[in-house]
Amino acid sequence: MAALLSPPRLLPSGDSAITVEFSRHIDDAANRRVLALDRRLVRAPIAGVTETVPTYRSLLVHYDPTQIDFEALAKKLAELALAPVPPTENARRWRIPVAYGGENGIDLEDFAKTLGTTPDDVVAQHVASVYRVAMIGFSPGWSYLSGLHESLQMPRRQNPRLLTPAGTISIGGVQTGIQCLAGPSGWHLLGRTPVRTYHLHRDPIFLLEPGDRVMFYVVDAKTFAEQDRAAEHGELIAELMAA
Amino acid sequence: MSKLVVLSIGPASSVQDGGRFGAQRYGLPPSGAMDRLGLAAANCLVGNSLFGAAIEIGPFGASFMARDGAVRLALAGAPRSADIAGRPVAWNSSMTLAEGATLKLGMARGSFSYLAIEGGIAGEAMFGSLAVNARAGLGSPHPRPLQAGDELNVMAASGTAESRIDLPAEVAGPICLVLGPQDDEFGDSVDLFLDSAWKISPTSDRMGYRLEGPVIKHLHGHNIVSDGTVNGSIQVPGNGLPIVLMPDRGTSGGYPKIATIISADFGRFAQTPAGTAFRFKAIGMAEAQAEARKFAELLRNLPDRLREIENFDLNIEALQDANVAGAAVNAVDAGTWQIAPNDAVTPD
Repeated sequence: MAALLSPPRLLPSGDSAITVEFSRHIDDAANRRVLALDRRLVRAPIAGVTETVPTYRSLLVHYDPTQIDFEALAKKLAELALAPVPPTENARRWRIPVAYGGENGIDLEDFAKTLGTTPDDVVAQHVASVYRVAMIGFSPGWSYLSGLHESLQMPRRQNPRLLTPAGTISIGGVQTGIQCLAGPSGWHLLGRTPVRTYHLHRDPIFLLEPGDRVMFYVVDAKTFAEQDRAAEHGELIAELMAA
Repeated sequence: MSKLVVLSIGPASSVQDGGRFGAQRYGLPPSGAMDRLGLAAANCLVGNSLFGAAIEIGPFGASFMARDGAVRLALAGAPRSADIAGRPVAWNSSMTLAEGATLKLGMARGSFSYLAIEGGIAGEAMFGSLAVNARAGLGSPHPRPLQAGDELNVMAASGTAESRIDLPAEVAGPICLVLGPQDDEFGDSVDLFLDSAWKISPTSDRMGYRLEGPVIKHLHGHNIVSDGTVNGSIQVPGNGLPIVLMPDRGTSGGYPKIATIISADFGRFAQTPAGTAFRFKAIGMAEAQAEARKFAELLRNLPDRLREIENFDLNIEALQDANVAGAAVNAVDAGTWQIAPNDAVTPD
């Protein structure tokens, strides 16, 4: 029997967007409801809704207030949000290579030391889990993954770095992530992937969708460099696994 | 084909249009014009679609030259002194720049002006937009701010009679906002936020405007689990100084958002010069959405506000409007519109 779902909070984000908040915390159950509502809005669009942005715990719904007002849209979203989450999703499963440690993952050694373990054990644990893309945000292609093993959770760095490399695979708190573009980050840098989650001159431009599953596997620095060149020229490198 | 050559231009100047929508779910910011009315008015004057690409010019001066033929263009948005070969030209008007002639623009009274070119700007659209977002490598013809020496391929001037556009008088009142989505993270600080005078910090850019004023305290700390942002989201980071998110914003953020500027006032807020005191006013959702509908109607009916200029030289009223050279903003200096590197925002 399906558990009774709690109603989300419908919060105004100005006059042209509503935040449908399912939880205030990082919460896998809430995230599944976010993605389910997102899919419902794709399958049965509401006139006036222009764009949706799923996050860990809320769905931001952009709309045109000349077509639908807050009250009317909030009512529809509240109803849709109470529909049960479909039990099985046909999620895509990706295999993504990572070169861990060394110049590709400058925090791996310290990270292992802080945990009282070895870099090899950290890597073995990191590639052992199946992650779910909970949201994509902050910058193009920055994919936040849920499903990080408890033993690898660690608070973010005290001092964020102003520039971290493109393709960085890192850990921040209870999350791990794939960062596509070079940029600032306060997470622990474990490795790099040649896979571009965002590539303007490739079809598809964005590789991952919220809800996709991701598994990592180890490649050495030389393989990384070769794959990196191929990825720059538009190859996916990431592989879809059979369902 | 004619060319419009950029002879000189300040920072924060780039090709912008109505923005790039539909990919915020992948982390791609919308970008687009800071002041949609300014963009639409400039485009309307030269017969372009209202939200087509134009040159958004930051607070500093700029100059342009027509090459390989005449170029018809229009100026709107934050007014400035403007002249062609030393003869002042009117703001909110179209004009034709003869081959070899130079258009010179002074400092803005406000922040962003729009130079639209008859026939628009040729470029390759990405997600339906030419808008520049240098961080994401997006924008056309160059995925970066404009710089001296850039040349834009444009249509040869059609010889159409020049127009001016009568826009509603500028409103000077407070910037209206709707509280939320996380105003409940602030308790009594909401009153302090609404009752205080604020200034925009010179370290602001197209991602965010930093506000200077009293420290706004959080009830439960400054970290929330990331959720989505919109143009005009007012987030409050750990130091208690609010940041208003602008069109190049991150699509999600992990600081509580106390309020959101209404869409009808967003352009007016974007045009508020650094260092000028202003206030916010909270309004209800019904009023905010009525304002949004009024603003949409103003944009839709812009073509009705065009007036043909019969004698360009005798358009005294428009020339007086353009005489704004004395209004340079002293809070603006060479460091303005560059985010200080140690203020970088990081992912949550």
